[in-house]
Amino acid sequence: MSIAMLVFIACGVMAVVGAIALILAREPVHSALALVLVMISLAILYLLLGAAFIAAIQILVYAGAIMVLFVFVIMLLNAGEEVRTNVSRLAKWVGLPLGVFFLAEMTYSLFREYGNRVAATTGAAAPVPASTQDLSIKLFTEFVLPFELTSILILIAVLGALVLAKRES
Amino acid sequence: MEFVTHHPVLVVSLIKIAIALFVVMTALAYLTWFERKVVARIQSRWGPYWVGPHGLLQPLADGIKFLFKEDIVPPAADKLSYVLAPFLALALALTTLALIPIGPATISILGQPTQLVISHSNVALILLFAISSIGIYAVVLAGWSSNSKYPLMGGLRSSAQMISYEVSLTLSVVGVLLIAGSFDFYDIVGGQSGHWYHSIPKWHIFPQILGFICYLTAAIAETNRVPFDLPEAETELVAGFHTEYSSFKFAMFFMAEYANMITVSCLATLLFLGGWLSPFPETGAWRWQLYLPAAGLIIAGIGLIVGGLRGVQLSAKLVFPVLGIVCLGVGYLCTLPGVMPVIQGPFWFTAKVFFLLFFYVWARGTLPRFRYDQLMSFGWKFLLPLSLINLVVTSLVVVLRLR
Repeated sequence: MSIAMLVFIACGVMAVVGAIALILAREPVHSALALVLVMISLAILYLLLGAAFIAAIQILVYAGAIMVLFVFVIMLLNAGEEVRTNVSRLAKWVGLPLGVFFLAEMTYSLFREYGNRVAATTGAAAPVPASTQDLSIKLFTEFVLPFELTSILILIAVLGALVLAKRES
Repeated sequence: MEFVTHHPVLVVSLIKIAIALFVVMTALAYLTWFERKVVARIQSRWGPYWVGPHGLLQPLADGIKFLFKEDIVPPAADKLSYVLAPFLALALALTTLALIPIGPATISILGQPTQLVISHSNVALILLFAISSIGIYAVVLAGWSSNSKYPLMGGLRSSAQMISYEVSLTLSVVGVLLIAGSFDFYDIVGGQSGHWYHSIPKWHIFPQILGFICYLTAAIAETNRVPFDLPEAETELVAGFHTEYSSFKFAMFFMAEYANMITVSCLATLLFLGGWLSPFPETGAWRWQLYLPAAGLIIAGIGLIVGGLRGVQLSAKLVFPVLGIVCLGVGYLCTLPGVMPVIQGPFWFTAKVFFLLFFYVWARGTLPRFRYDQLMSFGWKFLLPLSLINLVVTSLVVVLRLR
């Protein structure tokens, strides 16, 4: 087994364990940490695919900025442990089958996609991972409108926070 | 042996990691000694003096002391996060150093040609920022998991401070990126070679002086050092986020802080001070500069021998001449034709990093601490606009030059 395979399995297990711990943990800070673990293992998976830029941005933006703010807020509000309730009837009769359905659908499509990929790549050269230059050229030419719209959306959110935080005079 | 031939890259990387870890750990230990000595000089004291000649064994004594002290975990602490935090702090601080190249030369380990960096990536700079941005968790977790008032306040303060100054830190670097056009440290340093008017080196510090000032200020705040060491303002918060830590866990936070100082200084050297490039032109008339590392070591060696023999302490009389002879020997090695070209890069790199570390200590010895509200308004209302102005002006100049 190659080292890349070992790293892949380790990160995959880490991501799944983190995702389960995120839901099961009763302490909000532990949940947040589990989510960070998921993000970091995903970033390492991107690194394995040769997409170092995406990996770095994934860590920088999600783990380094957004989740820090989450943890910050949890600490600031001093949120206590979660209180468990009995599972509601709606969750039991609708949620559970829906979850199973989505899981099955995802597994099926992944397997089908995997079969196609194997058929397509045997013989053909492995795809070259996009460089930072390719990515930025795409972002600032083809996708410049969605890019700018997203930044305006974030700006609106910032303004909204400002308005909410402003004291009544 | 079979493993070595099958995974040459892995084995060479492991060897490089071992060497780098040894060097960095020693540097960390002696950085504390250096800091105490320099601050003592600034305050007209002697600093550590009695453990070994001129206190040279003080770091070792401190390490042993930390190892043998009782390791107290507060009963109300959140065990997992409490234990995780110091490990996270030290591991991340040391990981970032893997991305930092110290010279242009290619050396050969076990017959494998390899560069003077553990991990060469073409997005090294962003990776470095990404890894160091996770370092905030160590501080936040330490503050929260101690389940005590002062650490919580310290953790909140320092996470707010680190988030705020990280923005300025990143923005101040973008100017350099625009000029260099790459995230790769080798390209960034390579772009700084050459001289203006045959005398001024083309380092980024000259066109990016504003960016450099922003970077240095934000970096000091990012590493929680004086004058921005609010998280551990002892008059208000005892020791901030690590109040409840004892024994080696405390030492790990301590080591992480110094490792971060080294990383930040290395980064400043690579981005603004020309990395491993010599400040002198590389023409025939300046060939004597190749002997500078050897000359420096030989002068240090002679100084150690003479100073040691004239010293008062018996230990100094015995140890310093031996150190001096070692310096002379290494100095002679640096004049060998096989070694001389390889040693140039690391020599200039270390010299520049050392200067920046001295600057850090100097700032600590002379500047008073900011107040918390001053710190926040300085970061958001002064430093951030300044780095934004630098960014806008730089991009304007770069675009006009491209035309």
